[in-house]
Amino acid sequence: MDSSTATLPTSHAARAEPRGKKPQRRLSRRNIIIYGTLTVAAIYYLLPLYVMVVTSLKGMPEIRLGNIFSPPLEITFEPWVKAWATACTGLNCDGLSRGFWNSVRITIPSVILSILVASVNGYALANWRFKGANIFFTILIVGAFIPYQVMLYPIVIILREIGLYGSLTGLVIVHTIFGMPILTLLFRNYFTSIPEELFKAARVDGAGFWTIYLRIMLPMSLPIFVVAMIIQVTGIWNDFLFGVVYTGPETYPMTVQLNNIVNSTQGVKEYNVNMAATIITGLVPLIIYFISGKLFVRGIAAGAVKG
Amino acid sequence: MTRSGGNAPPDRGSAGGSRMSSNRPIRLFRNLNAKISAIPMIATALVVFVGGTVWTIIYSFTNSKLLPRAKFVGLDQYERLWNSNKWLISIENLFIFGICSLIFSFIIGFVLAALLDQKIRFEDTFRSIFLFPFALSFIVTGLVWQWLLNPDFGIQSVVRSLGWESFDFDPLYNANIVIYGILIAALWQGTGLVMCLMLAGLRGIDEDIWKAARVDGIPMWKTYLFIVIPMMRPVFITAVVIIASGIVRVYDLVVAQTSGGPGIASEVPAKYVYDAMFLSQNLGQGFAASTMMLLSVAIVVIPWAYLEFGGRKSHG
Amino acid sequence: MASVSVKNLFLSFGEVKVLQDLNLEVGRGEFLVLLGSSGCGKSTLLNCIAGLLDISDGQIFISDKNVTWEEPKDRGIGMVFQSYALYPQMTVEGNLAFGLRNAGVGRAEIAKRIKQAAELLHIEPLLKRKPAQLSGGQRQRVAIGRALVRDVDVFLFDEPLSNLDAKLRAELRVEIKRLHQQLENTTMIYVTHDQIEALTLADRIAIMRGGAIQQLADPHTIYNRPINKYVAGFIGSPSINFLDGAVTRDGKPRFTSGEVVVDLERYPFEDGSSDGACAFGVRPEHIAFGDAAADSPFTAEVRVDVVEPMGSDTLVWSKLGGQDFRFRVDGQIPVSTGENVRIGFDPARASIFDKKTELRL
Repeated sequence: MDSSTATLPTSHAARAEPRGKKPQRRLSRRNIIIYGTLTVAAIYYLLPLYVMVVTSLKGMPEIRLGNIFSPPLEITFEPWVKAWATACTGLNCDGLSRGFWNSVRITIPSVILSILVASVNGYALANWRFKGANIFFTILIVGAFIPYQVMLYPIVIILREIGLYGSLTGLVIVHTIFGMPILTLLFRNYFTSIPEELFKAARVDGAGFWTIYLRIMLPMSLPIFVVAMIIQVTGIWNDFLFGVVYTGPETYPMTVQLNNIVNSTQGVKEYNVNMAATIITGLVPLIIYFISGKLFVRGIAAGAVKG
Repeated sequence: MTRSGGNAPPDRGSAGGSRMSSNRPIRLFRNLNAKISAIPMIATALVVFVGGTVWTIIYSFTNSKLLPRAKFVGLDQYERLWNSNKWLISIENLFIFGICSLIFSFIIGFVLAALLDQKIRFEDTFRSIFLFPFALSFIVTGLVWQWLLNPDFGIQSVVRSLGWESFDFDPLYNANIVIYGILIAALWQGTGLVMCLMLAGLRGIDEDIWKAARVDGIPMWKTYLFIVIPMMRPVFITAVVIIASGIVRVYDLVVAQTSGGPGIASEVPAKYVYDAMFLSQNLGQGFAASTMMLLSVAIVVIPWAYLEFGGRKSHG
Repeated sequence: MASVSVKNLFLSFGEVKVLQDLNLEVGRGEFLVLLGSSGCGKSTLLNCIAGLLDISDGQIFISDKNVTWEEPKDRGIGMVFQSYALYPQMTVEGNLAFGLRNAGVGRAEIAKRIKQAAELLHIEPLLKRKPAQLSGGQRQRVAIGRALVRDVDVFLFDEPLSNLDAKLRAELRVEIKRLHQQLENTTMIYVTHDQIEALTLADRIAIMRGGAIQQLADPHTIYNRPINKYVAGFIGSPSINFLDGAVTRDGKPRFTSGEVVVDLERYPFEDGSSDGACAFGVRPEHIAFGDAAADSPFTAEVRVDVVEPMGSDTLVWSKLGGQDFRFRVDGQIPVSTGENVRIGFDPARASIFDKKTELRL
C-alpha cells in the first residue's frame, strides 16, 4: 500500500474488506438536515437585509407595482440622497445628516468617557481593594438590572439642576452612567485575570496607582479596550430611549430622527427613502460588527457571562 | 474582603510602619488614589441607582402631574393603574411576548448552536449571519419588519400575488395578533445572542464526555437530552436572566414598529411609563408603572441572585 | 492470536500527517503501553483504535474482526479518559447503567454487571452518589467501572491517572495492574507520558515519537537495549549520560573521547553496524562508586562538582573527558563537593548510538 492511494478513500469502497476512511456520501441524511436547517435559518436572517437594500434602490412607482423581493429594474440612488439630505421631520427638512452628526457628537465623547471611568474603576476594584468597594460594586451590578424607566425621571431632575437637560453633554453623562456596570465588570474581570505577581512586582519597584495603570495594565489590556469600545459604540449608537428623553429636536440622535422620519404621519409614505434612511442608520454598527468579527462575539459573551 | 498585597499604601516604606505606631496614616487616606478613582462609581451607585429608585418609589405614592409634588395620596396611583385598560393590555402583551420570546429564542438559539457545533464547514459565515441583526438597533429592526409586514406591499401581498389569494398575514394591522408581529422582529434581532451563549456553553463541555457517550453507544439526541443539556444549566439560567431583563425593557421596538397600535393593542409597560411621564404629564402614573416594572424584574432576578450567589456558600 | 491489530494506518488532518504507515499487533490478554511525550500521536492512535477518529487509510482489527468502519460502540471496547468524562447529572449507578440500558441489556443483567464491577473496584458504597461528591481517585474508579460493565475484551486507557496527585496515582496504578491480572484474556492498551507507569504496568511498551513507533518491546529490553538515542534518553530517570566520541573496531574495539578510552571487547554490537562518530550512553545507576568500582572493566577518577541528595540515593554531577557525567550512589555514602572519587562501569551494559542515524551500534 503506498501513500498515494491513501488520499483516495472512496476507491476502496468497492472492496470487500473495509479499509481507510469510512465511505460517506456527501449528501448523507445528516448533512442534509444540518445544512438545510442552517440555510433556511440564514435566509430568515438575511431576507430583511436584502429587502431593505433592494427597496432603497427602487423608485416609488416600481415599489407600488412590484413585490418587495424582486431586484430593482432600474437602480436609483435618489432615495439615499433624499434620506441623507432632504427628508423631513416636522419642519426640519435637512434629512438624516443632522441626526448622524448628533450621534457622532454623542457617541465619541460617551465612548471615551465611559471607558476611561470604567477602566480605572475596574482597575481599582481588581488591584486596590479598599473597604466598602465591593458593596458599591454590588449595587452597581444589581443596578444594571433595574429598568431604566425607574431612573428616568430622577435623572431629568438632576440634569435640570445642573443645567444640562436637553444638551448633548447631559446625554454623554447619562451614557457614561448606564455603561458603567457592564464595563466596570468587564474591566474588573480582565484585570483580575492578569497575574497578581506582576502588580506586586511593580509595587516593589515603587510604582504607584497611576503609574501601574498607565505603564503596566493599559498596554496589556488593549484587546479588552477594543471589546469595550465595540460594546459602547454599538450600544450608544443604537440607543433610542435616552436620546428621546434627554435631548431636544435640535440634538436628537440618529435613531430618534430616523423614527420620526419614517413614522411621521403627514405626507405620502416614501418607502424607498425610509429604507435608505434605515440602512444608513444601521450602517455604523453593521460595519463595526463585520470588521470586529470575533471580538464582537467576545464582547457579548463578556456582557452576558457575569464574573 | 481585603488582600494584604493590595491594601497597604504604595508609597510607604517598610521602616515607617514598624518603627512607631503613631506614624500609621489615617485610614481614610490609605489607598487614596483608588478611592478618588472610585468616586464616579460610588456616586452612580448611591445617587442614581439607589437614590433614583427610592425617589421614584416614594413619588409613586404622590399625585404628581406635570411636576413632582410631595402630596401623598396612598395607593391611588396604583389603583388607577390597575384600572387602566391600557396598562392591562400592556401587561398582557408583555406576558405573551415574554413567554413566547423566551421559549422560541431558547429553542431556536439552542438548535442553531447545536447545528453549528457539528464541526461543519462555513461555521463562521453562518454564525456571522445569525448574529448580525443583534448589532442593529431596535428602531432599525422595527422599521424593517414594519415594511416586511406591510399588508399592501410586504409578505402578504407577495404570497397573494403568487396565487394564494386568501392568504392573511397582517399582524401589524390586526389587534389580535399584533404582538406576534413584534415577536417575529424581536426573535430576528435577538436569537443570535442566545445562539452565541448556547454555543459558548456547548464548547465548554468536555470533549471526553462526547467520546464516552459514543463508546457507550448513546445516540446523539439522547446525549444532548440526558447529558449535555443538564450540564448546561448554568448557561440556561444566565440566558433566562439576560433575556428576561431585556423583555421587560422592550420599548423602542414597539415604538418603531407599531407606535403601540393598532389602537392600544401593542402597548407595553415601558411605553406606558414614557407616555405617562413625557406625553400626558401624569408623572405619578409613570412612577407607579415603573415601580411595577421594577417589581417584576425583582421577581426574576432575586431568586436567580439567591441561587447563584447565596447558594454558592452551601456548595463549599 | 492478535486481539487488536493495526495495519498500515495513516491519519492526516488536512496537510498535517499525524500517523504514517503505523503497524501494531497486540496479543490477547496483553497489557500494551503507548508511551511518548505530548504530541507524539499516542492518544491519536488510541482514538483511532476506538473509532473516535476517522482514519485516512489502513485497517483496524479487534478480536480478528475488521472494525475499520464500525462505530465505537460496536468495536467491543471500553474506554477510560483522563478527565473521567462521567455524566455529572447521573449517579454512579446511572453512569454505569446508561450505556447498557441504551444497548437494550435486561434489567437483571445490568444489576448483575454493576454489582460485579462495583465489587471489583470497591465502589459499592458510592453507587448512589453523584460524581461531584467523589474524589478524583473515586471518579476514575467509576470511569473504569463504566468500561468494565460493557463486558468487552479490550480496554483503552487515555492517560487515566494524569489528573491525580502522585500518591493516588501510585495507588490506582497497582489497582489497574491487579485488575488486569484478575480479568483473564482482557487486552489493555494504555496511553501515558509517565515512564514509571509504563515500566510498571506494561507487558510491552511502544515508544512513540512524531507519529511513529520507535521501539516496541518489553520494559526490560526498552530499558537495557534502547533501539535509538531518543528512546535511551526518554527512558530512565535521572536520564542516561551521553559522551560524544568515536568507535573504532580495527583491531581491538574501543570508544575514544579525548583522553577517555573505553574497551568495548564485551559490548554486544548490533549486526552490520559501522564505526565512526557516536554517542556513548551509560545510565547513572549502572556506575559503580568507590571500592566497588575497582572490579569494573572500566574505571576512572573524577572530581565531584555538584551533589544532589535525594534520600534513598544521591545524584553526583561530575565530568568525564570534559563532558557532563552523572552517577548515582547510595544515599548513605558521604560525598562532598570537590572530592576526587573513583568510578567504574561495565561497557557491556552501555548503549552506543551512531552520531548521524542515532541508531544503536
